Amino acid sequence: MSVARLLVVGTWLQLKMRARSAFDGVLALVYPLFFATTVFLMFRQGGESGALVGAAVGASVMGVWSAVSTTASTSLQSERRQGTLELLVASPTHFPLIVVPITLSMAIIGLWSLVTTLLWGRLVFGIDVRIDDPAGFVAAALVTVLAIALVGYLLAVSAVRYRGAWAFGTALELPVWLICGFLVPLGQLPSWVRPISWLLPPTWGVSAVKHAAEGSSPWLDITVCVAVAACYAVLATAVCTRLLRSARAAATLSLT
Amino acid sequence: MTVIEVTDLQRRYRSRSGVFKRTTRVVEAVRGIDFAVERGELFGLLGPNGAGKTTTIKMLITLLLPSGGAARVLGYDVVEDAREVRRRVGYVFGGDRGLYERLCALDNLRYFAELYAVAPREQAARIGELLELVGLKGHEHERVEGYSRGMRQRLHIARGLLHRPEVLFLDEPSIGIDPVGARELRATVAALVEGGTTVLLTTHYMFEADELCDRIAVIADGRIVAEGTPDELKAGSSAGQVVEVEVYGSAEFALDGLRALRGVTSVIVEVRDQAQVVVVRSGGVGDLTQHVLDALEGVNRGKVTARQPTLEDAYVELVAGA
Repeated sequence: MSVARLLVVGTWLQLKMRARSAFDGVLALVYPLFFATTVFLMFRQGGESGALVGAAVGASVMGVWSAVSTTASTSLQSERRQGTLELLVASPTHFPLIVVPITLSMAIIGLWSLVTTLLWGRLVFGIDVRIDDPAGFVAAALVTVLAIALVGYLLAVSAVRYRGAWAFGTALELPVWLICGFLVPLGQLPSWVRPISWLLPPTWGVSAVKHAAEGSSPWLDITVCVAVAACYAVLATAVCTRLLRSARAAATLSLT
Repeated sequence: MTVIEVTDLQRRYRSRSGVFKRTTRVVEAVRGIDFAVERGELFGLLGPNGAGKTTTIKMLITLLLPSGGAARVLGYDVVEDAREVRRRVGYVFGGDRGLYERLCALDNLRYFAELYAVAPREQAARIGELLELVGLKGHEHERVEGYSRGMRQRLHIARGLLHRPEVLFLDEPSIGIDPVGARELRATVAALVEGGTTVLLTTHYMFEADELCDRIAVIADGRIVAEGTPDELKAGSSAGQVVEVEVYGSAEFALDGLRALRGVTSVIVEVRDQAQVVVVRSGGVGDLTQHVLDALEGVNRGKVTARQPTLEDAYVELVAGA
């Protein structure tokens, strides 16, 4: 009960903090719409309505990924800069229980971008994403958001030890759009890229969302997405203790 | 009962620089220190910037791993039993950082109450009690970004006390606070010690250490150079008397003459408000004042004060000699 309470209170306060920055708020509102507009204009030139629907779904997940990947590690860097990282580590709570709400709050913001992208496509570009399996679609979207949050968790944990890890998180933003098949089907990527795609939970998440939208079963993709994301969570939790110890040895919890 | 036990504690920092030709620099921040703090004691750690005070505290609260030696807090090893130590200690540092600016004081305290596992049904009462204690009642719904430095510092203290720590580490808690706030802070710390909390305090303000501390260790260049009660440290000072003379304009030319006076152990020039003050310390017992004034012949002088050595005099002498 106390763990659940900690996760809920932590996530709520993180959301509250992010919601109170006008700059962050406007970015969260407008940024996904820029992505979506660019993608819709590109795909509309192709004139293929099926591809446009796929692009709408892909663009919606892009927003979730961007919200988490770039901010998961930078938010830990911000904690370091404002002197709260040391206080978090100095508390008796297991560190993963502190980091998960941070990335979860970003994924929830990402969820907002998923919804607005689909609405933007419908209202401005007239893209009618008919969702044939609403239950599967909702499940796929939620699992994708959670899976992306867990990838963010691994990135965030690395940022505790390595002061420069935030740059790695930021650098991952665009390649993942491509590698995970958000916009381009995996089949069109070079064969050597595909094994990398399979190791990334968003690949399975976006595939599940697309399947649910098209009316085919998303459950296999959902299951694989959960399994791969769970591996990231286990890996992050396993390395967390070692990275924290290493950060205490290398004195990287503070800026000086 | 010994609450903090430090044995031959050491800490080295390694820093790398250069892009193509990487060089590693090793800094010995703490070079094997020993001290012990008893339950209910207020122990001061004094030293100049970079002496190793904050590094020592960070090792004791488990934020840094020692490079050598050992430390135990409430019987728990700071390396092996880090969580047990964290449950029982509080940490407050000075300055503007360490708070969530976009949240109000109440939310800051709620968050840390969760992290320190304060029982949910007790949280509201405990937070209210602490807000009252630090004088932030009525401001708890305001965002921290609008707080003055003094209010932030008081919020830090409330945060550090949420889980009723048995040992409280205060790292320069009064830095940047106005005199009234600093006085209130000292009263709060004194009340905590009265209530049985063990406190380890670092500060640059000697009068604060003199007023509050039961015992003091002076640390310089990573080593403890003296330890004792404030009175013992003052008594150990070689300065039998101190003469302070306010001067206007340059007095540099007269300083060598002052240093040459019999029994004079140190001559320093401090800037206080609009004036410079020449502080002459002497180990001799005779009247120093007239000799100092003679040596300052030709210098535009103000107020002249002769006094007994203070903790600051003892500190300056210890640090200068380290």
